[in-house]
Amino acid sequence: MDMINRDYKNQYVIFNLDDESYGIDIYNVKTIERISNFTRVPNTPEYIKGVINLRGEVTPVIDLRVKFGIQSKEIDKDSRIIITTFDEKIIGLLVDSSSEVIELESEEIDNVPSIGNKNIENYIDGIGKKNGELILLLKLKKVFDINEMI
Amino acid sequence: MDTNQYLELFIEESKEHLQILNESLLKLEKNTEDISLLNEIFRVSHTIKGMAATMGYTKVTKLTHEMENLLHVIRNGEVKINSKIIDILFESLDKLEEYIDYINENGEEGDLDTGKLVKSINDIINSKFDFENNLNIDEENIPQIYNHDKYVLNLISKAKEKNLYAFDIDVSLSSKCMLKSARAFIIFNALEKIGEIIQSIPSAEDIEDEKFDLDFTLTIISKLNKEEVKKILLSISEIENIVIQEIESDKNLIEKIEQNNKQIDDSNIKQPSIENNLNKSKESKKMGKTVRVDIDRLDNLMNLVSELIIIKTRMEDKDGIREKQNMNEAIEYLERITTSLHDAVMKVRMVPIERVFNRFPRMVRDLSKELNKEIKLEMSGEDTEVDRTIIDEIGDPLIHLIRNSIDHGVESPEKREKSGKNKTGIVNLRAYPDGNNVVVEVEDDGNGIDADKIRNKSIEKGIITQEIADMLTNEEAINLLFEAGFSTAENITDISGRGVGLDVVKTKIEAIGGTVEVETIKGKGTKFIIRLPLTLAIIQALLVNIRDEIYAIPLSSIKEISPVENKEIRKIQNQEIILFRNKTLPIVRLDKVLGFDDVLIKEQEESIAVIVKKGEKEAALIINDLIGQQEIVIKSLGKYLNSVNHLAGATILGNGEISLILDVNSLF
Repeated sequence: MDMINRDYKNQYVIFNLDDESYGIDIYNVKTIERISNFTRVPNTPEYIKGVINLRGEVTPVIDLRVKFGIQSKEIDKDSRIIITTFDEKIIGLLVDSSSEVIELESEEIDNVPSIGNKNIENYIDGIGKKNGELILLLKLKKVFDINEMI
Repeated sequence: MDTNQYLELFIEESKEHLQILNESLLKLEKNTEDISLLNEIFRVSHTIKGMAATMGYTKVTKLTHEMENLLHVIRNGEVKINSKIIDILFESLDKLEEYIDYINENGEEGDLDTGKLVKSINDIINSKFDFENNLNIDEENIPQIYNHDKYVLNLISKAKEKNLYAFDIDVSLSSKCMLKSARAFIIFNALEKIGEIIQSIPSAEDIEDEKFDLDFTLTIISKLNKEEVKKILLSISEIENIVIQEIESDKNLIEKIEQNNKQIDDSNIKQPSIENNLNKSKESKKMGKTVRVDIDRLDNLMNLVSELIIIKTRMEDKDGIREKQNMNEAIEYLERITTSLHDAVMKVRMVPIERVFNRFPRMVRDLSKELNKEIKLEMSGEDTEVDRTIIDEIGDPLIHLIRNSIDHGVESPEKREKSGKNKTGIVNLRAYPDGNNVVVEVEDDGNGIDADKIRNKSIEKGIITQEIADMLTNEEAINLLFEAGFSTAENITDISGRGVGLDVVKTKIEAIGGTVEVETIKGKGTKFIIRLPLTLAIIQALLVNIRDEIYAIPLSSIKEISPVENKEIRKIQNQEIILFRNKTLPIVRLDKVLGFDDVLIKEQEESIAVIVKKGEKEAALIINDLIGQQEIVIKSLGKYLNSVNHLAGATILGNGEISLILDVNSLF
């Protein structure tokens, strides 16, 4: 990953998905939005929730639940879209909720053990431990992978 | 030194210089005697060398250095320019381009091999030494003849009548000289005290701008004789060498005037155009991913925005606006401003089509060499402006058409002579604005297209049957050229004729909202006419309902809208078709294409069909409801979703919701 120009080291945006905590490197997060108007895009995989109008830019949104093979759920007042950028692409990630940013030292991050769910495991880079809680750190490269689309 | 921040600048400038190099080389090939072109080439490669050295790109530096060595011996007249040298210079240019491209992508030089090239350069330089050995003694005394134009020669002859001296003075500054232009200024001054400077190569302005290497040549008229002039000049420091040469007496001079007249006229005509081209290219070349904008256009934009602010304040002023009339006025005003703003922004996005055109002279040169044809490329309307996005898309189709013209259109020189044409074929590339379109034409004066040949070929390839072929008019037959899998060249060549020809051109041009037509006269030539929209960003579209979603269909591909009765729809081999105005059209059910469930909403008697066209082909798109026509702004779906089937992009509707734009060409 690009390590140049990183002012804030090891900060992660934390979000929840099906009672599990996940983290995204804050370097890749642009904003967090509450939008509920999606335009469906035909002929795309099921996990593409659609596109949203993000201040005049057409931005695709991935439903992370569907992407990870978890039962999808109605959008409610806690639902958030995390606008992330990776490799010059911009995507919104639809998550159950998101509220905090935490700092993780490198010794607080472990390699990925086998967690049973292969589908999720593919998208995880490491596991962070903070206050007795486990945080699955997202491998954005994989999430953004276009080949995954087909 | 950290040079990273200069990398972009380096690449941009190098590309600009390489383009100038390319143009100058092409001109030098036609006019090998032109010293000023040689100087220009020398200057440009020197600049590139300097820049590359600063950036630490040793390979580029080395190659340009070798080029300079070669140019140096040419300039000194030690080696004559021949086609081999021109080829080698072009090859060096290609290599430099490869280097720069590699640097652009990877930030370093890579390890391209130039050993062979450098060797051939050195061979030429060494060959000069043999030459030199033979003529060693004479060399010093061979007077270098400069091309003086008529005006200068006239002045000289008048001076002679008055018993004044006229000299050509070659000045070489010392390589240690720091302020070359200042030093040159001192020399100018000194000479002006003793006489009159009537010509300077390079021009005085260029010398002032330090656009010269170390040498320049002045022609002066003076009362003093050669020795006295020399003495004065040698008193100035930092001068490496001075060669003064008296210009011959009257009689010779007049002969020379006449003898040179023709040549001079030529170079006179050419000279300004070269400079023009260079100036123009200097203005427009620096456009990697950026657009250079004329400051006037930005000022205009600025003005409009300030008007927008004024109208905003006016609308905020609730008291003044209470009356309905005032409100209406304000809205009308606002409308006017947004229209002007739209125009102004569009203009900012426009760049001259020259950016695409300027790669063609070289291509035509190489191709005609390869095919042993004599071809002249004539270009006009290079300053016609089109949207930046179109510039990127139009290059490949044009390359294809020009290749086609050269390969299939223009005949071999022998054939041309037999049919009473000029040996040199002419390919004309023209661009001009036409209303809301820009037209680009590729015309050749070759053999034209034989409609019968196309009929036969199409039958052979199974594109049409004999019966249909007999029914087609010549024009219709020629349009078969654009069908997929068509190629008329009897010999498949490297250049074109691999069967993926004009259909690709057509698809590509239609993809950016343009059209392509062909006109041909047998034996006289062929003309391809491309019409392009001025801009891609904003189009007229028809908004339709498909189930509960809104989609936009570009108006440019819609032929008409018509209700169709469901009982008229027939099914043949699993494909629904309809007979509409005596044409059989395939039916495309958009809801199915767009992945809606197959639940049948209650069977209606009538559906609404939008008849769309793709070239000659038509199809009927079945929609659920019409909403209306609207000007829409095209937005891309972003890099992540860039190639979704059947979608050309998205647009944002008045209420902020997104509607998707259908890619009609992909539907049938």
